[in-house]
Amino acid sequence: MKRLATMKKSTRNNLFTYALVIAAFVVVQALRVGPGIGSMLEGQLIPICAYVTMALALNLVVGISGELSLGHAGFMSIGAFAGSAFAMALQDSVGLSPLRLALAMVFGALIAAVLGFLIGIPVLRLNGDYLAIVTLAFGEIIKSIATNVYLGMDGNGLHFSFLNDTMDLSDGGVELIRGPMGVMNSQRISTFIAGFVLVLAALTIIFNLVNSRTGRAIMAARDNRIAAESVGISVTKYKMIAFVTSAALAGAAGTLYGCSQTTFVATRFDFNTSILILVFVVLGGLGNMWGSVIAATALTILPEALRQFSELRMLVYAIVLILVMLATNNPTLRGFFTRLFRREREGADAGVRAVKGGGGHE
Amino acid sequence: MSNKRPETKLVPVPSVNKIPERDVDKSPILEAQHLGIDFGGLTAVNEFNMAIGRTEIAGLIGPNGAGKTTVFNLLTKVYQPTRGTILLDGMDTHNMNTVQVNRAGIARTFQNIRLFDNLSVEDNVKIGMHNAIHSGVLSSVLRLPSYWREEKIAHERALELLSIFDMQDLAGAKAGSLPYGAQRRLEIVRALGTNPSLLLLDEPAAGMNPSETAELMENIVKIRDTFQIAILLIEHDMSLVMGICEGICVLNFGQIIAKGTPTEIQNNPEVIKAYLGGGKEA
Amino acid sequence: MVFLNYLISGIGLGSIYAIIALGYTMVYGIAKMLNFAHGDVIMVGAYICYFSMSGLSAHFEEGSLAAAVVPALAGTVLAMVVCTVLGVVIERLAYKPLRQAGSLAVLITAIGVSYFLQNAAQLLWSSSPKMFTPILSRDLQLSLPGGLSVSALTILTVVVCIVIMVGLTLFTGRTKMGKAMRACSEDKAAAQLMGIDVNRTISMTFAIGSALAAVAGVLYLSTYPSLVPTTGSMPGIKAFTAAVFGGIGSIPGALLGGLLLGIIEILAGGYISTQLQTAIVFAVLIVVLLVKPAGLLGKVVREKV
Repeated sequence: MKRLATMKKSTRNNLFTYALVIAAFVVVQALRVGPGIGSMLEGQLIPICAYVTMALALNLVVGISGELSLGHAGFMSIGAFAGSAFAMALQDSVGLSPLRLALAMVFGALIAAVLGFLIGIPVLRLNGDYLAIVTLAFGEIIKSIATNVYLGMDGNGLHFSFLNDTMDLSDGGVELIRGPMGVMNSQRISTFIAGFVLVLAALTIIFNLVNSRTGRAIMAARDNRIAAESVGISVTKYKMIAFVTSAALAGAAGTLYGCSQTTFVATRFDFNTSILILVFVVLGGLGNMWGSVIAATALTILPEALRQFSELRMLVYAIVLILVMLATNNPTLRGFFTRLFRREREGADAGVRAVKGGGGHE
Repeated sequence: MSNKRPETKLVPVPSVNKIPERDVDKSPILEAQHLGIDFGGLTAVNEFNMAIGRTEIAGLIGPNGAGKTTVFNLLTKVYQPTRGTILLDGMDTHNMNTVQVNRAGIARTFQNIRLFDNLSVEDNVKIGMHNAIHSGVLSSVLRLPSYWREEKIAHERALELLSIFDMQDLAGAKAGSLPYGAQRRLEIVRALGTNPSLLLLDEPAAGMNPSETAELMENIVKIRDTFQIAILLIEHDMSLVMGICEGICVLNFGQIIAKGTPTEIQNNPEVIKAYLGGGKEA
Repeated sequence: MVFLNYLISGIGLGSIYAIIALGYTMVYGIAKMLNFAHGDVIMVGAYICYFSMSGLSAHFEEGSLAAAVVPALAGTVLAMVVCTVLGVVIERLAYKPLRQAGSLAVLITAIGVSYFLQNAAQLLWSSSPKMFTPILSRDLQLSLPGGLSVSALTILTVVVCIVIMVGLTLFTGRTKMGKAMRACSEDKAAAQLMGIDVNRTISMTFAIGSALAAVAGVLYLSTYPSLVPTTGSMPGIKAFTAAVFGGIGSIPGALLGGLLLGIIEILAGGYISTQLQTAIVFAVLIVVLLVKPAGLLGKVVREKV
């Protein structure tokens, strides 16, 4: 316990997050083996893992790198399409479905990373709200393009067409992506365990990245661009590293999601989805990973749990959202919570007070 | 631009003989020739000629709005000069940006403090040491042995640098929570982390009380002696400037009006006029 | 002349985008927030106009001049009044408490308001589409030489857009309130020290922006008559894009951005592909922002070092 107290606050936070995720997994698994968790929650398990990963990925960009992205669903979309098509193509050559899923996730992450890099080149030259609107634009462009892609496979290999279905597959060919109809006959190879592993992997990648030379450079670029450049940090390079890593994680989350559905369409990953993920990140707290985990989980379950209110549920959701934002930004409430958690900060504050007393100037 | 080599020296002969390389005639660490910048037709700095010896402490002074910080911004390429040449250790920095200039050896602090407020004091220094550490994305994410090795070295070096100002006990505090004077000192430490050969200090004593300023003066000289680097500082506190600068350059309305030793500057009628007013403006 | 016909309908659509973009730009300029609920105010305005028009038209003799003018006019005015009140109330309840909060908190709250309006509309008026009656019959066409025809509705839209633009330019340039708005958008603290009531000025901005949204809603639905609770979101996003396109915070920029966006959208749909229409609009936006990072008429603000 003493070691825990002397630990850096960030290290303690990271351990808490890992513990939270692992404990949640253990409890849910135990319930599933034992009494069961109800079909509503059972069906939500994989989407929750996918959205938690999305929230973590977006938090890397918004919280750690400090850039607002309004198009992250686009990367999820690419991951879902590329990953599930890849899994379908591998069906005969790789029999073991967890292995196939893993390969598909890596593929989905890779394609999303490449796309993230290409999009990052123009996007990261812009600032603030302009950057945000361009990510929104790219998200919409990805949606439009994905809606018009046709991909099929037969004895002659892969067939591809755009806007119109001109693939002309031979007998025994399978259509993998059918334009506005989306992905058909996707295999449902995603499992809750795979989702859990993905969340853990995302956490590890983000924590290890943040707590390193690279992560410090990313945060330096966020806090003060000019100062970061003055100490020899190439701001664009580090914003790009954060953006591409985030895109890759979002791609893997997309694959996880895509491989949990039999069919899905590109419009599933639209502007509203990007916004939904942003809501998770902001509610959970910028840069706060366990906050993202909880917010994403709670807000994915909440609309389902509110189903008994049927028509009223989304209205309630909206009101809850507004009230939470107002409450978390209320100075009086904030002061209260700060006092509540003061003990935790005492160590650092003592040092500051010492200097203030000695320096005598403020 | 004239082809004649301008007179850039601050002080013709080394003013203090403690460190012989200070003779700027041999090889100045920095030489600015005919440097100038216009902002939309308005000339902010013009014909700025200056050289700084390898281990010289030089001062850049002048009334408010004279263009002192603009000179720093030109030297560090925050602004691209409209005219003139900057030679850093004999190398033309013409095509370089801020990042490359820093890697080539110029580090600076800012008049309006620019720390990474949300990060710890130690992290601020480690960020300064960015290009001295080499672990990449992969070794960080996978926590390879090289990551641990580099982090250990970085941690020790950061504390060592902080100890210059006796700040090692504050390593864990948030930079933004430090008092003003400590923030100024932290900026200097961060700049030193980049391993510079020339350190630019923009009003290092601003907001400090006399005893803090006296301590700062000692520390600036200590930094020069320990790291064997050149320091150019902008400062309004004349006790500091006259106390530690070996060469001084006076700027007024973007033009150099005097260069010389502290004694020469103190007795220069042009300088007295610029500071006390008089002449055309009065 | 297919091209000219496309161009005309592009200008018509662009004028509507410009009116919505004005609301975005004014609110952004003064409150520095992206008011994502702006698009949903359009939808509310359209519903108000729809119900008052269908309620009123029964009282007039069919085919008479009064039947064509009074319900449409009354509906529009009522929609403007309701939206103005709505805009001010939203600002007062949801955004004002967040004046000191970060921009992301305000953005998420705006999204919450947007969800709220959409779902409240769905509860009140159901999600089944309503067919909006155009405020000017689409049969009123003006034939031009060369086989061109312009609908009276398009002409009305463009005229309304011009009137609003000129009115707003005069308002912000000449009146005391307008000057207060510009002062607040430059520096709220300084404006307050000069005795300007910042809260009242922001309320006024929301009032004007929302009234404009109501007008835009009526005009938009007259062109695209299918009215559902989510009707406002797409024109909202497009108009936001238009505002950025022209340089957010700039009134002439909103006009220019709106018109260009409308024209590009119609031309892209006509000549390239209707499926890729939206993608092309956004691609043009990206290219413009790369060349002019602060939009067409926006100013790049250099950070002081």
